[in-house]
Amino acid sequence: MIKVFLPYKIREILDVPVEIEAEGTNLRGLIDYLENMYPGVKNQLVEDDKLRPGMSAVIDGRTTRLGLIQKLENVSEIHFLPAIAGG
Amino acid sequence: MVLDVNKKKYKVIGTRPIRHDGYDKVTGRAQYGADLKLPGMLIGAVLRSPHAHARIKNLDTTDAEKMDGVFAVMTAKDLPRLTDAERGNSEESGSEKHLSENVMAFDKVLYKGHVVAAVAAKDQNTALEAVKKIKVEYQILKSVTNVDQAMAPGAPILLEDFSGDHLGKKVRKTNIAAHVRHNVGDVDAAFKKAELIIEKEVNMQTVHQGYIEPHNATAVWDEEDRIKVWTSTQGAFDVRDSVSKVLGLGVSRIRVTPMEIGGGFGGKIPIYLEPIAAVLSKKSRRPVKAMMNRTDVFDATGPGPGGKVKVKIGIDSKGKMLAAYADIRLEAGGYPEAFIEAAAKCVFSCYEIPSMRIDAYDVLVNKASSAPYRAPASPQVAFATETVVDEICLQKKFDPIDFRLMNVATKGTRTALGPKYRTIGLQECLEAAKNSDQWKSRLDSKPSSGKKRGRGIASGYWFNIGFKSSVNLALNSDGIVSLTEGSTDIGGTRASIAMQAAEVLGIPAENIRPTVVDTDSIGHTDVTGGSRTTYATGYAAYKAAYKLIDEIIEKAALKWDINKNDVEYSDGVIKSKTDSALTMTIQEIASDSPGGPIVSSASVDLEEAGGGFAVHIVDLEIDEETGKTDVVNYTAIQDVGKAIHPSYVEGQMQGGAAQGIGWALNEEYFMSDDGVMLNSSYLDYRMPISLDLPMINTIIVEVPSEEHPFGVRGVGEPPIVPPIPAIGNAITNALGLRLLSTPMKPSRIIEALKKEN
Repeated sequence: MIKVFLPYKIREILDVPVEIEAEGTNLRGLIDYLENMYPGVKNQLVEDDKLRPGMSAVIDGRTTRLGLIQKLENVSEIHFLPAIAGG
Repeated sequence: MVLDVNKKKYKVIGTRPIRHDGYDKVTGRAQYGADLKLPGMLIGAVLRSPHAHARIKNLDTTDAEKMDGVFAVMTAKDLPRLTDAERGNSEESGSEKHLSENVMAFDKVLYKGHVVAAVAAKDQNTALEAVKKIKVEYQILKSVTNVDQAMAPGAPILLEDFSGDHLGKKVRKTNIAAHVRHNVGDVDAAFKKAELIIEKEVNMQTVHQGYIEPHNATAVWDEEDRIKVWTSTQGAFDVRDSVSKVLGLGVSRIRVTPMEIGGGFGGKIPIYLEPIAAVLSKKSRRPVKAMMNRTDVFDATGPGPGGKVKVKIGIDSKGKMLAAYADIRLEAGGYPEAFIEAAAKCVFSCYEIPSMRIDAYDVLVNKASSAPYRAPASPQVAFATETVVDEICLQKKFDPIDFRLMNVATKGTRTALGPKYRTIGLQECLEAAKNSDQWKSRLDSKPSSGKKRGRGIASGYWFNIGFKSSVNLALNSDGIVSLTEGSTDIGGTRASIAMQAAEVLGIPAENIRPTVVDTDSIGHTDVTGGSRTTYATGYAAYKAAYKLIDEIIEKAALKWDINKNDVEYSDGVIKSKTDSALTMTIQEIASDSPGGPIVSSASVDLEEAGGGFAVHIVDLEIDEETGKTDVVNYTAIQDVGKAIHPSYVEGQMQGGAAQGIGWALNEEYFMSDDGVMLNSSYLDYRMPISLDLPMINTIIVEVPSEEHPFGVRGVGEPPIVPPIPAIGNAITNALGLRLLSTPMKPSRIIEALKKEN
């Protein structure tokens, strides 16, 4: 199982604990798994079959650039976080 | 000085060749936006709001349209009304509607300088005269120009049809565009266990990026509804995307050529004049060039946000950090985006703290919409955190470097946003600082009479983004490799990208000819920003160079009629593995390549390069009578992963330090009560010049990034983060008092000294 951490506001809206466990062979599958546990999560994370604009997934410290097709092998934890750029 | 942790040997990387664009720049041949002249070109000028906050009741352009020499007049009616859809550009967030409204106001102006109309005329004088003939009837509204005013109950609301996002709840009639929270551990319980808790609130004034070259744009809208744009930008593809959204045209109808750029520091990521020049061109059927003057730049282009940051840190009896809290309130300007998520990511980034909570607020104020400024929002939050750390060290008599080392963030440290660090080099930077000549020197070796000396130290962080880049290579018949790329060259990236290709190919950097090309001539490349270019575009060049070697081997095998697996390439020489008589140079295969020219291309879409950390030490001297502060000695230490061209790395470290020193000591937007900037010129907005600064010593630390084949991390942004708190801490060391507002200018120092006495 993979430890999953959702943004504070999604946790507040959907009453989700700080740390939850989920599984999936890729990010899409993991989000579907989360949706079964906490209906409404998918809508917060996904839009038009992609991660929502401004949303990123950090997988064991690395921010995936592949989005929902990112494979999840030997993954310990995933943080869904706002995407941040720079100047 | 370069401290290389890995001691890996390279032939090209780490050397200091002359930059490929050097001669063009020093001889004046380099072409900037203002240099551009096209046949039949008109000059565009804009009418800007004199008010910080007003409703547009009526707008009459009749007299301007009638003027001789005027070819077109434009208002927001010439732009499509856009929706609240998220833009999703690589560097900027926010809605398409706000992007468009910031280019030209529809119903309401939100800052002094907001554009309300534009004209295209035969020359600049005619255009400026025509602009004066446009009549605007305003209903002036009360303005708010700082976070306290904007967040106060009953404050005038800037965006009346906009809902703020407050921890996921939609809130109407608010100037708080967003309130976000991050939480790790049980912060309240951890503070209860602390032996000492220190809390400080700092107040940051709005500052400008201060690039030398004002914004400009030239556009041609042709008969087939295709648009060509030439502009000074950090990201031609972002300009293309943004212009496409504002004008409602597909991106492939727009070709953007990035001209040479006279500085950007983040401020040349947003668009301003590009859609205006395009619409004026469409209406006049002529090329149109529009340029800003310095006042326009100060009034209407992205400043770095001011605001307030409160930080509280609790430690145990041994000095280990137990808990931290931050309240961050930053000015977004007229439209949302004050980089509060970046602020949250950076505020406790230098330390391992088990429990952290951060509340951050994106606050609308009647100032130009904030733009990224070199490590956006990191200097603001570092001022608060590093001030608290210094105060802890003073109260508990800890050595400032030993205390930082005791609490240092390393690989595996959980960050305030949740994820753990990969390999980072802050510990190595602190150790380098401890061993530096400046830290080991006596502070008061040459005190001037009537002056006091102080020393300060501070750490800083930026996360160095990745994203998309593309590179094309072509081996010319003389053996020189043409490299085309889409990254605007602000700080020597032509050289740093070419050198990575040269390293792979084993040829001199001078044998690669890099060219920055337009958006029709290369694959998508994200902005030169976020300290990403040497990392990401360099990685694309690395991949393209290996592909070029594959092509060379294939062509050599064809020429020698042998299996390609029997061909090897090394340092510009091709050899047969089975027949020692078969050998040729890269020039020879280039001059006769069977089956067509030798070319390659590669692209990447990368994650972050891994954190970049900097530690700065400053010695300064303060005149107690006048309050004037002179920086007398300065050392900037930074983990850059790998310095591709050490001279340009040192230049970035020195430049970042210089900008940070200006922010700390002099720079501010001085606002009138009705929201007008009163010092919108370089005479009155005091940036440091070379005479104000000593030589800034640099120590390059190289702890390679895990994400890049050469270990590159990115360089440009971390060095602006530590200067403000380092100077604040040095002032405390010199005078025994603490200043908590920027700029720490003479009048503030005199005022503080008077209070102290």
